[in-house]
Amino acid sequence: MLAEAITAPQPRNRRQLPSFGLGKWLLPLYTTLALLFLLIPIAYTFVFSFNDSVKSNISWRGFTFDNWTGVCKAQDVCEAFGNSILIAFVATVAATTLGTMIAIALVRYRFRFRSSISLLLFLPMATPEVVLGAGLAAQFLGAGIPKGLGTIIIAHTMFCISFVVVTVKARVSSIDPALEEAGRDLYGSPAQVFWRITFPLLLPGIVAAALLSFALSFDDFIITNFNSGAATTFPKFVYVAASRGIPAEANVIASAVFILAITLVITTQVSSTLRARRLAAKS
Amino acid sequence: MAAGGFAEAGADLELVGLQKRFPGFTAIEELNLTIPAGSFFALLGPSGCGKTTTLRLVAGLEEVTAGRILIGGKDVTSTKAYQRPVNTVFQSYALFPHMSIIDNVAFGLRRRKIDDAMGKAHEALRLVELDHLAARKPSQLSGGQQQRVALARAIVNRPALLLLDEPLGALDLKLRRQMQLELKSVQEEVGLTFLHVTHDQEEAMTMADTVAVMNKGRIEQLGAPAVLYELPRTVFVANFLGQSNLFSGQVVAENPDSISVDIDGTRIVVPKARAHRTSGHITVGVRPEKLILAREAPVESADNNILGPGRVIDVSFSGVSTQYLIQIPLVGTIVLFAQNMGTGPIVGEGAEVWVSWHVEHGFGLDDEVETGSRFPADTDTATLALQKRHALMSELGED
Repeated sequence: MLAEAITAPQPRNRRQLPSFGLGKWLLPLYTTLALLFLLIPIAYTFVFSFNDSVKSNISWRGFTFDNWTGVCKAQDVCEAFGNSILIAFVATVAATTLGTMIAIALVRYRFRFRSSISLLLFLPMATPEVVLGAGLAAQFLGAGIPKGLGTIIIAHTMFCISFVVVTVKARVSSIDPALEEAGRDLYGSPAQVFWRITFPLLLPGIVAAALLSFALSFDDFIITNFNSGAATTFPKFVYVAASRGIPAEANVIASAVFILAITLVITTQVSSTLRARRLAAKS
Repeated sequence: MAAGGFAEAGADLELVGLQKRFPGFTAIEELNLTIPAGSFFALLGPSGCGKTTTLRLVAGLEEVTAGRILIGGKDVTSTKAYQRPVNTVFQSYALFPHMSIIDNVAFGLRRRKIDDAMGKAHEALRLVELDHLAARKPSQLSGGQQQRVALARAIVNRPALLLLDEPLGALDLKLRRQMQLELKSVQEEVGLTFLHVTHDQEEAMTMADTVAVMNKGRIEQLGAPAVLYELPRTVFVANFLGQSNLFSGQVVAENPDSISVDIDGTRIVVPKARAHRTSGHITVGVRPEKLILAREAPVESADNNILGPGRVIDVSFSGVSTQYLIQIPLVGTIVLFAQNMGTGPIVGEGAEVWVSWHVEHGFGLDDEVETGSRFPADTDTATLALQKRHALMSELGED
């Protein structure tokens, strides 16, 4: 009986995918080419951040760590980078706060023009950036507001709000209203219900929205260029520098941002996998 | 007392002239109800009868249109949900998914800054035998366990009044039976007032001391389960609480302690004490399990009502009993439950049979056979416009 069970053929638990000649070599080839196509610019940027360049950073002149150690020595690259971080941070905080409030209002409350507002919020995402940027620039000019970091922050907050609302709205509608009712029923004041129930449940959506806003703001060029005046941001700096040769320090910053982002993603993935495994082991 | 401390015992709930209108439709017409402290009260009715709305009004999750709500003699009509000494066990349990079981249970205690919230929460979990799962998240628990956590989370606050919104609806039959018994024993143990909303008549009858049958925003009848079952007052109650055979006819004779009703030539006698009305055109009835099936015409006597002969048109076997549908000319179709005790006749479809029952088992109803909608139709222009607008708004809102 036992021997029979052991020698019995294992049932195939996975359906065999139909295989034919073409797929055997075409798919791997195509995949490799696609990945190369995606990764080459990043690899190039990373490799050339170690280039011992003089004026332009186009031809390979030898390996050095100087660009990484003295990243701020180059012309204004760190100032531009600092501005970008500042703008992205302030715009993200403002857009995330306002956008979350709008999203909650749109899902949880009924009011006049609710559906029109929902629709209008899509407009900034659908409008070409050139039009948005030029339009805003005209408004700032008309209102007599001097261009600078302030106007960039206002512009970025404006287009980020739409993305935040869309992201957070999906999260709000996935929360059972009974949870908030249960909070109120269990003696939670409106503020306590928001901070202890609604907010923690919305948090994944809010974090996603904030990361998206930060990324959108950080690498925005078109709208920024229209509304920045003399202030410079990292994308603007790279664009201007491109005409006379981008300094290797720009590659350093680009590589650093890339490494940071990739580390963040990997860390989250690994920690969530570990947590899932720990939970599975416990139960 | 309000949300300040623990209720020593259950408080009574009083609803005075309660009314709730939503745009274009009335959920509760006018509700007057007193639930004595410490009782297990069930509000029974079909979906849409206003029972859940009543519960939400008491919890403070909806605002009343008119009327007052008093808990322990104190008017709470204008207070917010979090200020009322009331807790709810929600139909969907509504456990906070981001908190552990113990944090869920301690939530209410912590909001009221009660000492030793953790200790009391563990104690409540021990009551529902789930203390060993205190550190888990709600999603790691089974449906029945989640239900018990929801119960613990509510009773740990020792509310003066506990509201149960069909909390057993999502459980399978066996678990539901078990939870019914557990709920009942918890109620007896902690002595709180329970208001239980359900559409399951068996659940209401097993658990509650008093059952109120609700229909179309009104209470049709209120009383102990056995009384409701034995002496239903309306056609709705007679049919919603178990099954009934109902006959309509004119009262043709009134004796000192009984009345005779003429059903198209057949006389049915009902004791006066068991009839809500004793004159005019009335509806009388008898429960299917009180009927006796016979293959030959039974001997006429003053104690028996006899109908027949009729034909068996359907037989369905359900283990403990067999259900017969019997078509009797001029009377209609009759449902009969026969216990499968090995005695009595076993008949097949098409057999000719008589049906009889003891006069003492009949009952007389108060109302006529159901007539249309009770609420006046909301057909004035303003209401229609409002309904249209709301329909449109929700349609646009859901995109």
